[in-house]
Amino acid sequence: MACVPARISTADVAHVARLARLDLSDEDLEQFTEQLGAVLEHAKDVEALDTAGVPPTAHPLPLRNVLRPDLVVPSLDRDEVLAEAPEAEAGQFRVPRILGETP
Amino acid sequence: MSGPISDPSPKRQTAIEIAGDVRSGRRSATDVLEAHLAAIEAAEPRVHAFNHVMVDEARAKAAAVDRQVQAGEDPGALGGIPIALKDNLCTRGVPTTCSSRILSGWRPPYDATVVARLGDAGAVAIGKTNLDEFAMGSSTENSAFGPTRNPLDLSRVPGGSSGGSAAAVAAGFSALAVGTDTGGSIRQPAALCGVVGMKPTYGLVSRYGLIAFASSLDQIGPFAATVADAALLFDVIAGHDPCDSTSLDGSVPSASARLEAGADGLRVGVVAELTNAEGIATDVVARVREAADALADAGAKVDEVSVPAAIYGLTSYYLIAPAEASSNLARYDGVRYGFRQPADDITAMYSQTRAAGFGPEVKRRIMLGTYALSAGYYDAYYGKAQQVRTLIIRDFAAAYESFDVLLGPTTPTTAFELGAKTAEPLAMYLSDVCTIPSNLAGHPAMTVPFRTGEDGMPVGVQVLAPALGETVMFQVAAVLEHAAGRAAEGSGA
Repeated sequence: MACVPARISTADVAHVARLARLDLSDEDLEQFTEQLGAVLEHAKDVEALDTAGVPPTAHPLPLRNVLRPDLVVPSLDRDEVLAEAPEAEAGQFRVPRILGETP
Repeated sequence: MSGPISDPSPKRQTAIEIAGDVRSGRRSATDVLEAHLAAIEAAEPRVHAFNHVMVDEARAKAAAVDRQVQAGEDPGALGGIPIALKDNLCTRGVPTTCSSRILSGWRPPYDATVVARLGDAGAVAIGKTNLDEFAMGSSTENSAFGPTRNPLDLSRVPGGSSGGSAAAVAAGFSALAVGTDTGGSIRQPAALCGVVGMKPTYGLVSRYGLIAFASSLDQIGPFAATVADAALLFDVIAGHDPCDSTSLDGSVPSASARLEAGADGLRVGVVAELTNAEGIATDVVARVREAADALADAGAKVDEVSVPAAIYGLTSYYLIAPAEASSNLARYDGVRYGFRQPADDITAMYSQTRAAGFGPEVKRRIMLGTYALSAGYYDAYYGKAQQVRTLIIRDFAAAYESFDVLLGPTTPTTAFELGAKTAEPLAMYLSDVCTIPSNLAGHPAMTVPFRTGEDGMPVGVQVLAPALGETVMFQVAAVLEHAAGRAAEGSGA
């Protein structure tokens, strides 16, 4: 069984914030380090539980693949969908520069 | 600010009575709607149950129902009943926010399946109700648009995350409401506001058009003032939907079928781990014991039962739900809908949009979930939590070999004061300790108001059933409702 890691550090929290695409202030980082530490500390109570050989449950139902006939059916109206986007152009979502190219 | 906004036991029409009056032409849907809009106008500024009241859409729908009745057509099972919708259900052309800045102003291009089913059954959608942002919370204080207050005592929370839906029914703003329950978000606020609330078996109600929080746990369910009204609503919203790949396609149990059948001969287990858990208030435990006695008086065989892994449910949930949320909420990136914080390159745009668009609790859960899923920690946290989930399912299965339904508290305490738990996320999480096990197992569970605590606020007793056990669960809930009502009359309340 994997052991529970040491208490979460501010560096860990900063790393996770980068992974989650959250631009956090230093103040946020401090607060989240403390609060996440408390929650993860509480999570240690499951360490006492013997789960050797217990299969994990990802979902309450026995999932099976759901297929449908390969037919063309109407989808959402493109203009209606694009009207809700922050920026759209030429029938597409417009986003800021992705690579280092000149816009 | 304290004190109820109305008589806590007003003589109000049930949803079933409203539907009967509208169908027979005794009362128009428009008249019903206007009475509810007047109630909203009078008290909504103090309660804040709604993010958006759908005045125009509701009037148009009520008029359409009235035309059907005049033409001699069946207006549907919910014809003319005003219903409030939690604001995480997509409503075509009507703002849908999840009480988050990141979706403010968004108008979905389609209706959730549940919303469409309600409309087809003649229900009059009256508004979108406030919630904890993305349904993450237990008090509705995490809304970006300000908290909802408990209509029975405005200094207290209504519970959450479906606090607006619970408050709307408790305040008489709507006869029915729809909420969502991921870890107790229907049952906990229903209990704190003194109404009936129910989480269906996972897969019975379509999640298509429900904005996802934790997909393996989320279910949509009813709020109502009575057990029979909740059954009526459940029977309309349950059923297979090809748009939801997790939707069950077998037969749907009827909630209304055995409401009058009593409890004679039923086997009822009082869950020791929920009832004796640390932090469950003595007055709440006393009501659970009284409810068990009432069922015994009605002929049920009542005994205590152990579901040992239930005590680990909270820990398991607060790893699994954030893990799923961190994935589900990755879609809010400022590209396709909602709010965008402009920036020079796309990574900065993502990070700044999400930082400005999400509130603190949502960020906390995204962080927790991302951490629990990240390299090196997956086995210790997420993997272990999923194994605990298996143990809970096994322990429930063992209990249901000997019992038809289980009984326990819905919440550890009655409604708490606004601000009491906002500084300590962990204390807030503990509000869900009694409701979470059913979500992890995918089982149905519901809360029935059963008398009051020492502070005069409502106490909810929870009835739990195995998967697809809705019929017997509602049957037992109806007996408890009857017993609670009789006791209230007997004490002269």
